[in-house]
Amino acid sequence: MFIPVCRIKYQEIEIGGNIMHLELREITVNNLEYSERTEVRGKTLFINKEEILEELKMDEAIEDVDIDIAKPGQKVRIIPVKDVIEPRCKISGPGNVFPGFIGGMETVGSGVSLALKGVAVVTCGPIVAFQEGFIDMCGVGSRFTPFSKTNNVALLLKVKPSLTPVQHEEIVRKTGLKLAYYLAEKSKNAQEYKTSIFDLPSPRKIQNNFSNLPSFVYVYLNISQGLLHDTYVYGKDLKTMFPVILHPNEILDGAIVSGNCVSAGSKNTTFHHLNNPVIKELYARNGKDLNFVGVVIGTELDTLSGKIRSSEMVREYVKMLGADVAIISEEGAGNPDTDLCLCCKALEKSGIKTVVIANECAGEDGKTPGLADTTPEMDAFVSTGNSCEIVVVPPMEKIIGCHESIAVLAGGYADSLQDDGSIKCQMMSIVGSVNETGFLPLGCKWV
Amino acid sequence: MKKRIVYYLNQFYGGIGGEDKADTKPFFLNEAVGPAVKFSELIDQEGEVVGTIVCGDNFYSSNMEEARKNCLEFLKALKPDFFVAGPAFNAGRYGIACGDICAFVEKGLNIPTITGMYDENPGVPLYREHTIIVKVANNARGMNEALRKMSTLALKIMKNQELFSAEDEGYFHRNIRKNFFYDEIGAVRAIEMGLKKYRGEYFKTELEMPKFDKIPPARAVGPLNECKVALCTSGGIVPKGNPDRLPVSASDRWGKWDVSNIEKLTPENAESIHGGYDRTYANLDPNRVIPVDVLKDLEKEGIIKKLHPYIYYTVGTSTSVNNAERFGREIGVELKNAGVDIIILTST
Repeated sequence: MFIPVCRIKYQEIEIGGNIMHLELREITVNNLEYSERTEVRGKTLFINKEEILEELKMDEAIEDVDIDIAKPGQKVRIIPVKDVIEPRCKISGPGNVFPGFIGGMETVGSGVSLALKGVAVVTCGPIVAFQEGFIDMCGVGSRFTPFSKTNNVALLLKVKPSLTPVQHEEIVRKTGLKLAYYLAEKSKNAQEYKTSIFDLPSPRKIQNNFSNLPSFVYVYLNISQGLLHDTYVYGKDLKTMFPVILHPNEILDGAIVSGNCVSAGSKNTTFHHLNNPVIKELYARNGKDLNFVGVVIGTELDTLSGKIRSSEMVREYVKMLGADVAIISEEGAGNPDTDLCLCCKALEKSGIKTVVIANECAGEDGKTPGLADTTPEMDAFVSTGNSCEIVVVPPMEKIIGCHESIAVLAGGYADSLQDDGSIKCQMMSIVGSVNETGFLPLGCKWV
Repeated sequence: MKKRIVYYLNQFYGGIGGEDKADTKPFFLNEAVGPAVKFSELIDQEGEVVGTIVCGDNFYSSNMEEARKNCLEFLKALKPDFFVAGPAFNAGRYGIACGDICAFVEKGLNIPTITGMYDENPGVPLYREHTIIVKVANNARGMNEALRKMSTLALKIMKNQELFSAEDEGYFHRNIRKNFFYDEIGAVRAIEMGLKKYRGEYFKTELEMPKFDKIPPARAVGPLNECKVALCTSGGIVPKGNPDRLPVSASDRWGKWDVSNIEKLTPENAESIHGGYDRTYANLDPNRVIPVDVLKDLEKEGIIKKLHPYIYYTVGTSTSVNNAERFGREIGVELKNAGVDIIILTST
């Protein structure tokens, strides 16, 4: 499976008294087939469709549910996509994955968890809101999404028409998590797996052993604005929260769930949360180039006072963690650029060297300033690409979902869908294309 | 078949003389001369220089219109596929002539053009967006290197090969952002940049901070009851059915709607098509986004003198700054001509 950071070897640091110890048992499959039993045999995930549909139909708000499969290289397009989730479950606790949805309120990030690699649950079905996207399993479009390399179980969900968009999103979110959990649970018997250890030393150990290395904090901004722009932390709506410090293991173990219909290219799907590349890379370099001392979950609220309050709190948390360097990633674009600027400015003014990761909205021709807000302190900027650049993707043999919805997706136009089935749209319509955790190698350069 | 290339040189490189010949009008030689000879050798596999236009630097800068016209006449007969000028190194007048004639030819004949200049040449900021200006040394000692760089890039363009970034190709970028695949993912690049920044080592940001215009707030206007007020929104409220076919995001247009004959916006006559928020509440009562109802009341009560008959609407989400500026100018002119004193701009 294509995860660009997979070359990294996670190493256990052999010192006691660490904060959290997570063993991630990674079962990697490279194929997906229907079968009588849902299980992993060899390198294939077999799924029993009828059984799964029975399991998922239990919610009475669901009018109709179906699943379909899409494999890497197939001439298949999935549209409109809401969220993407990697199958996960806990083998031994405490707690369970996706706390607040699947698990209870116990802290996650310790014990043993199972990750089904090479597979993703893709939630789709009738559109909830404009800011959904598509995934192409081959062709030009497949280069711009990580989910063309996963064997996808597409969950097509139709809810009762009486539901509001907010209720609709909630049902889709919960059912997607349920299916991801179900698939992981059924894979527990797989014999072949690789174990990755995630373990950070305590501040005292850092002081004694690694004080010569700079301390890095990751400031992980997530959209929290209501009106279908929400993120959930331990099941709690982030817009009702202050910024919060989390151990990176909690995030890798499912503490953060996406509930948002932010433009597909720049949204953090649940898959991105579970496989956050900044966290993974900081882990890979921990004790070698740097000390990874924690993650601050920042909010992106919809009021200026909220943005200022959050950025002030983020700064204080980062200072308390003793950071020398902060990496900030944004979610979405437009008004969240102000959150990015405020956080960067506050941190730099406190002497913390700060790098930001963000996309650009530089217009179809690449000639427009790409940020809605700027600040001179933001002098170390990593670009994840121009979300407005035009891309033409070829026709596919099979469409999972509703092809015509491109006309109303963010990045699409009324005439995006061509007669031959190709699509001409902006990069932002492709799920994960300009994701601002820096998941892909895509980025802008001057020409 | 080889591509037909026409070359442009000033009086000095064209071999007719120095400053004393700087007033020479453009003339045409049906062969490669001066730097064009070497250039022609370098691109031999793909093209040939079919002629050279020579023009005095003073003549070009003092008679731009005429110089362009003269050059165009030569070019029309020659039907070139490609046009090259210079390199001008750090020569100001020559740089401006090279940049201007390249820009003019590129636009007028719709063929690719290339020139070369030093970083501080005044032609760089003037013409970088309109032609490819290769980065060269500040004087003619760098001629061979300059021609090598210009010809390498010219060959790529003639072969229709995709160009890498301006930095990789060695030209002054045209103020255009383009997507590329870097060697490393963004997260890795960010952490490496953080380490360099911490250690005080050189690092290169991937986007220099743009500078936006600071617009001072308008001065307060006179008593409200003497003011004509207009409403304008980026909140995506449109007449029901979206007759202007406004996109749901990254808008390239704005619309206006005569609301003088309706009492207020309703779910029957208006809707939100904005792609950046849940429209449930906006669609229940579109006045929540653009308060036509309240402004009509204020007009009736005499608190404002008049509500401008048209409301103006677009979608703000992901709309480029350049487009937004254009909308502002276009709507602004219209409102100014209509004698509007106050514009209430609502966003979402």
